[in-house]
Amino acid sequence: MLSIKNLQASIGDKEILKGINLEIKAGEVHAIMGPNGAGKSTLSSIIAGNENYEVTAGEILLENEDISELSPEERAHKGVFLSFQYPVEIPGVSVTNFMRTSINETRKAKGLEEMPANEMLKLIREKSELLEIDRKFLSRSLNEGFSGGEKKRNEIFQMAMLEPKIAILDETDSGLDIDALRIVANGVNKLKTKNNAVLVITHYQRLLDYIIPDFVHVLMDGKIVKSGGAELAHLLEEKGYDWIKQEQEA
Amino acid sequence: MAFEERIDVHSELYDVRTSALKNFEIKGFPTKKEEAWKYTSLNGILKNDFSVFPKTENNIQYSDVKKYFLHEIDTYKLVFIDGVFSSHLSSTTHEGIDVCLMSSALNKPKYKMVIDAYFNQIANKDESLTSLNTAFANEGAYINIPKSKVADKPIEIMFFSTGSEASLLVQPRNLVVVGENSHVQIIERHQSLNSNPVLTNSVTEIFAQKRAVVDYYKIQNDNLEANLIDNTYVSQQQESHVAVQTFSFGGNLIRNNLNFYHFGERLTSTLNGITIIGDKQHVDHHTLVHHASPNCESFQDYKGIFSDRSTGVFNGKVFVEKDAQKTNAFQKSNNILLSDKATINAKPQLEIFADDVKCSHGCTVGQLDETALFYMQQRGIPKKEAKALLMYAFSNAVIENIKIPELKKRITTIIADKLGVKIGFDL
Repeated sequence: MLSIKNLQASIGDKEILKGINLEIKAGEVHAIMGPNGAGKSTLSSIIAGNENYEVTAGEILLENEDISELSPEERAHKGVFLSFQYPVEIPGVSVTNFMRTSINETRKAKGLEEMPANEMLKLIREKSELLEIDRKFLSRSLNEGFSGGEKKRNEIFQMAMLEPKIAILDETDSGLDIDALRIVANGVNKLKTKNNAVLVITHYQRLLDYIIPDFVHVLMDGKIVKSGGAELAHLLEEKGYDWIKQEQEA
Repeated sequence: MAFEERIDVHSELYDVRTSALKNFEIKGFPTKKEEAWKYTSLNGILKNDFSVFPKTENNIQYSDVKKYFLHEIDTYKLVFIDGVFSSHLSSTTHEGIDVCLMSSALNKPKYKMVIDAYFNQIANKDESLTSLNTAFANEGAYINIPKSKVADKPIEIMFFSTGSEASLLVQPRNLVVVGENSHVQIIERHQSLNSNPVLTNSVTEIFAQKRAVVDYYKIQNDNLEANLIDNTYVSQQQESHVAVQTFSFGGNLIRNNLNFYHFGERLTSTLNGITIIGDKQHVDHHTLVHHASPNCESFQDYKGIFSDRSTGVFNGKVFVEKDAQKTNAFQKSNNILLSDKATINAKPQLEIFADDVKCSHGCTVGQLDETALFYMQQRGIPKKEAKALLMYAFSNAVIENIKIPELKKRITTIIADKLGVKIGFDL
């Protein structure tokens, strides 16, 4: 599904990613954990096509197609979804209308007709129920004045609407209380099929109690230094990251 | 300029016109030396040798200009071609309300009382361009809505210039009198149909009596050789609501002098504007709200989007007299610069002599939020459309205020067109 080979990236003179290799197959859930400043959010931003970073080497393949030269919207059209750590507030654009524009632009890029209004409304109703989102909420300006939990739920709602091939959840658990965490995780799990994949980026193991990963990778100083199964997350929760650092240095 | 021979010496207005002409002769055209004209120069425009009176009468077909009208709905229409009334394009009325020509109102005895009471009563007699208009203008819209009447459909006032003269100076003069408890919606547009330079120096006087409601929309989407100086004066009585909303999307130079004067309590004035320009276009909004009575409110909300080498000016003056206690006066000017070469000069001017008032003003100048653009692109919205959506959302607070649905749709379409996208905005 998503294959990252020797990905190196920098911002200005600062090298942030120093050769990432990652292979995510359809149907899998991967988690990337790591201390602050390891490059986790940079990696997710770069996969989504953020032009503030310069990719200096390597490639990003989505279903064997190199997407590293594509614009963010082209990657989105091909099925890359990034749930933002800090979703952006857009005053004056309602959730519904943002979603309608998003869906229809994606359809346009695929050579499809716009989605009929009744179909759109039905889809919005179904998906908002999945995330336990109140209907009134949908007519509010996108993310404006939303609580942390509402913003994250809204991100997963958008993911549900767009049905991406690869969903990257960047620190989706931050700012969530336990109820919101459960709703968000439940949403992600219901959307999971054998044809798509999820990459969870997180600092803490908490979310991984709800979204069980098949693989856990530890990212430190721009490199994946250790990979394992779900048990690695528990180990990290228990022991922190220092022992890995020591293991590396040894 | 030898204007004298064109003044009708028999007119009752002879004295008014003569003193206006004298004032103009003393003051002349405003120059950048004057504070109010610091950022707007008329020099380039005045180099043209303008014909003041069209030599020939020009005609146009409705099919050629239909698109400029709000043709989806039924409206009253006052149409002027090169300053001359076009009866075949117009749709006037005298049934209950008067929607007709200034020239006939100025000459027919039955309108004398209204003309005497209102004509040139609120217009600034010191202002040179207003004086120039007063001295010569004899055509424009005359709208009189008597007490407790609701104009049953919007009124469109349309000024076309055909460009048959090498360059033309047009001076429309509009008078709008809205009686107690009455309501009217008016749309005014100036449109050149050719690329010959035109200078329009328009004066509009609006009188809103007690509890009258006036919605006035100005659409300024002219071509690059068209210049417009719009002088609008609004007089409000108690509990009246007057909103003047100005949509400036095109023209070479546009100067809007929009002035509100209060003569009663608990009234509301709304001054909104959206300016979206590029190229070397220049739009200057000079507003004045003169709060003279207690418990009145004024709201000003001007949004500007400037690209290329375009320039904008917003000068918003709020004057609160000593007696105007409990005034609420709000003013906002938000601007987005899309190019390094575009400029905006925004200047709030508050003069407050009462001590129990709420007055606020805020000017912002910024660029489009890159993070928001990335976010939208990530959701599959191409950059150009994402930018347009952000700009549309930025203007939305003003668009929301448009009370005529078809007009709202029209303005939205013009905006999408200006932004070069085909998004069905209806947020």
